[in-house]
Amino acid sequence: MIASDERSAILLTLQLSAVTTVILLVIGTIIAWWLARTRSRWKGPVGAVVALPLVLPPTVLGFYLLITLGPNGPVGQFTQAIGLGLLPFTFAGLVVGSVIYSLPFVVQPLQNAFEAIGERPLEAAATLRSSPLDRFFTVVLPMAKSGYLSAAVLGFAHTMGEFGVVLMLGGNIPGKTRVISVQIYNHVEALEYAQAHRLAGGMLLFSFLVLLAMYTLNPTGRRS
Amino acid sequence: MRIKPFLFLTSMLMFLAQGAVCGEEVQVAVASNFTAPMKAIAADFEKASGYKAVLAFGSTGSFYAQIKNGAPFEILLSADAETPEKLEKDGSAEAGSRFTYAVGKLALWSPKTGVVDDKGAVLGTGTFAHVALAAPKLAPYGKAAVETLDSLGLTQKLEPKFVQGENITQTFQFVSSGNAELGFVAWSQICANGKLKSGSAWVVPETLHRPLRQDAILLTPGKNKPAAASLLAFLKGDQAKSVILSYGYSLQTKEGS
Amino acid sequence: MNQVHARFQVDYPDFSLSVDLHLPGRGVTALFGPSGSGKTTCLRALAGLESTRDTAVSVNGVVWQDDARGLSLPTHQRPVGYVFQDGGLFEHMSVQRNLEYGMRRVPAPERRVSLGQVVDLLGIAPLLGRKPGTLSGGERQRVSIARALAVSPAILLMDEPLAGLDAKRKNEILPYLERLHDDLEIPVIYVSHALDEVARLADHLVLLEEGRVVASGNALDLLTRLDLPLSHGDFAGALVLATVSGHDAEYHLTRVDFSGEGLWLACHPVATGQQLRIRIQARDVSITLEKQTGTSILNILPATVAALSEDGPGQVMVVLQVGDTRLLARLTQKSVTALNLTVGTPVYAQIKGVAVLR
Repeated sequence: MIASDERSAILLTLQLSAVTTVILLVIGTIIAWWLARTRSRWKGPVGAVVALPLVLPPTVLGFYLLITLGPNGPVGQFTQAIGLGLLPFTFAGLVVGSVIYSLPFVVQPLQNAFEAIGERPLEAAATLRSSPLDRFFTVVLPMAKSGYLSAAVLGFAHTMGEFGVVLMLGGNIPGKTRVISVQIYNHVEALEYAQAHRLAGGMLLFSFLVLLAMYTLNPTGRRS
Repeated sequence: MRIKPFLFLTSMLMFLAQGAVCGEEVQVAVASNFTAPMKAIAADFEKASGYKAVLAFGSTGSFYAQIKNGAPFEILLSADAETPEKLEKDGSAEAGSRFTYAVGKLALWSPKTGVVDDKGAVLGTGTFAHVALAAPKLAPYGKAAVETLDSLGLTQKLEPKFVQGENITQTFQFVSSGNAELGFVAWSQICANGKLKSGSAWVVPETLHRPLRQDAILLTPGKNKPAAASLLAFLKGDQAKSVILSYGYSLQTKEGS
Repeated sequence: MNQVHARFQVDYPDFSLSVDLHLPGRGVTALFGPSGSGKTTCLRALAGLESTRDTAVSVNGVVWQDDARGLSLPTHQRPVGYVFQDGGLFEHMSVQRNLEYGMRRVPAPERRVSLGQVVDLLGIAPLLGRKPGTLSGGERQRVSIARALAVSPAILLMDEPLAGLDAKRKNEILPYLERLHDDLEIPVIYVSHALDEVARLADHLVLLEEGRVVASGNALDLLTRLDLPLSHGDFAGALVLATVSGHDAEYHLTRVDFSGEGLWLACHPVATGQQLRIRIQARDVSITLEKQTGTSILNILPATVAALSEDGPGQVMVVLQVGDTRLLARLTQKSVTALNLTVGTPVYAQIKGVAVLR
C-alpha cells in the first residue's frame, strides 16, 4: 500500500517526535519551573529566548543551527572535541533542532500549569514533612497533569509538522533525516501531487485526532 | 498647512493607481539561482525602457503550482527547461514564447583550498564524509550532479555520502558552512567576474551531464502587455547577455546552438 | 526550656518586622493585630516558610533555627502542624489521602496520634471519601486542622482558620478549637484579627502593630489594660475565669463565683466546680454610687475605680477592680463628671449581660 520510502519517513517522524517530546518534557520542566518560580531579573530575557522559536522563521533557525553545529561553529567544535562528531545530517542533529524549535510549545503549558498551582500546596506539603523532591512528585506532577498532557501533545504534534529546521539540518537523507514534512515538500516540488496529498491528508487527520483527544479528555487543560 | 498631508496622500494614491492601470510594471517569477543577475538586469531594464520589473524569487516547482492556481505572474524565468514546456502544454503560457536565457554551469566545490582538484579526481578517493548536492528529483543542478556521477561511474559508491539540499542555495550552505566537505553547486554561486572567489573547485565539463538550460516563457497574464514583451526582448539583448555571462552562466549549449 | 522562642527580622521594601517572642510552651497564644501588622509573617517564620534574618527559633528546648550558628531546619524537617487560612488542602487528593499525606511521612516511632483519633477529634469521619472541592468552608478547615494534627506536631500554628467563614460556620468550628485547647499538650499559636475568637480561645496574647510587638502577656490582663487598644472601642470587654457554684432550676440560672463575688448567668449545663470563661463587655456595665434596689438587673457587684481613660469623644473607659479581677465599663464623660469618679472611688457595677465563652 504505502511505498517503503513513505513508510520510513513516517516511522522516522514518529521516532523523532517521540524522542524530542521525552527530552523536551525533562528540559521543559526545569525551565518552566524556574520561570514560574523565579523573581530573578533574568526571568524576562530567558522567557523571551525560550519563546523565540515562535517567531523566528524555521529556515532561519535551521540555517543558524547548521552553522553553529557545523565544523566551524562553536557547538560543532565542542561536539567534535568530545568525540561526538558533527550533528548536522544525523538523527541526533534533528533531535537537537527539534528540541529547540518545539521548546516554547512545551515550556509554556508547563509554566502555566506550575503558576496555576501557586505556592500554597507546596508550602502545605512542606509543613507535612515533604521534602522538595517529594513535593515535586506528589504535589506538582499530579496537579500539573493537564499541563503535561498539553505540553506533550503540542510538543509531539509540533515536532511532527516541523519542516524548515529539519530541511536545513537534515540533508534529506532517506531513512535517516527525511521526515514526512520534507517528503511532502519533495512531492510538491516534484509535482507529485497525489502522493503529497496522501501524506499531507494523513498528517492532517493524525494531528486533528491528537488535538481533538487532548481537548476532549482534558477540558481543564484549556483553562490553565 | 493642514492640506499638505492630504495632498501627499492623494498624489500617492494617484501614483499607485496609475501604475496599476497603465501596466507600466511587469510581474516576473525568477528561479532563485538567478536572483543576483536578474536584479542587475532589472535595474538596467528599468533605465533603458522606463518599465518596472517586479521580481519574485522562489523555487520553480512552487512557481509552477502558483501559476497553475492563478498567480498573476507575467513572465517565468525558470531554473529548468521542463517547467516552461509543461506550462506551454497546459495552456498557461503563450506558445512559441519559450527561449533559453541562460545555461547553468555545475561545479564541484570546497570552501577549503586544495580539496578539489581540477579534474574532480577527489570524488574517486572517497576521503570525505559528505558530498552535498541538490535533490536530483527537484533541482536541475541536482539532476546534473547525479548524471555527472553516473558518467564517472561513482553514483553507487558515493550515494551513502549524499546530503541533499532542497535547492541549490541550501546545497551551497551545506558546503560553505563546512558541514559537507564538498558539494555540487552552481558555478554562478562561487565565481565573481569569471573567477573562483575562494576555496577549490572543478567546473564540471558539460559533456558529463545534460545541459542546465534555464528557459523563460511569457505567461498568459502577460499576453499583450508591452512591458512584458519589452523585458523578454531586453533579456535577449547584448546588455543582459553580458550581465548573465559575468555571473558565471553561459548562453548557449553545444547542441542547442 | 518549656517555652517557644521566636526572634527574627524581616525587611521588605514596604514592610519590616522585628520581634523577639517568648511564649508559653502549652496553651493557646493568640497573635492579634490589624491586617498588615505581621501576624502571618511571624507564623510563617516559625515554620521556616519566610526568609528572615537574625533568626532564632526554638520550641520547648529544641532549636529549629539559629542564624548566629548558621543552623536552620528546612520546613519539612520542622515538626509543625500548620493550618493555612485557606486550608491549603490538596485538591487532587481525597480527604483521607490529605490526612495520610503528612502522617505517612512521620516515622512510626514519632507518631503520637492515630488517624482515627484526629478524625474523631474534628468530627470528619463522614468526609473521608470526599474531594476538598466538595467541602464547605467549615469542613475544609476541620480537615485542614486534622491534617496538621496528624503529623504529631510539636507545635500547632493556625493562620486565621476562621477568617472568611460566616458566623454559622465559625460556630461550627469553634467548639472543635476549644476541644483542641483542652486536649492538646502542645503549644498552639493562633493568628487572628477577630477579638471574639481571641477572647474565646487565647490564654496568652501577643499584640502586634506594624511589625512590632506592642504587648505580650496573659490574655485576661491584656484585655483590660487601658494603655492598649484592646480595651477601647465598642467591642472592649473583660475576660473572667469563674467557677460554677450552683444552679437554680426554677429560674433556669447558673451561679458562678469569682474573686469572692457571685454572678447569675442564664442556665449553663455544667457541673458545679467547673471553670467557665466569661466575657463582660464594657458597654454592658454601668455604675452607681449606691447599691440600687428595685432594679431588673440581677448582677450588681461592689467595685473600686482603678483607672480611667478617654475612649472617643464624650466617652470614658473605666477599669473596675472587683477583688483581684478587673472589669471594664464604658461611660459617658457626663456621667463620670456627675458621679465625680476618680481612681479609688468605691462604686457598684451593674452588669446587664454576660457571655459564656467556654
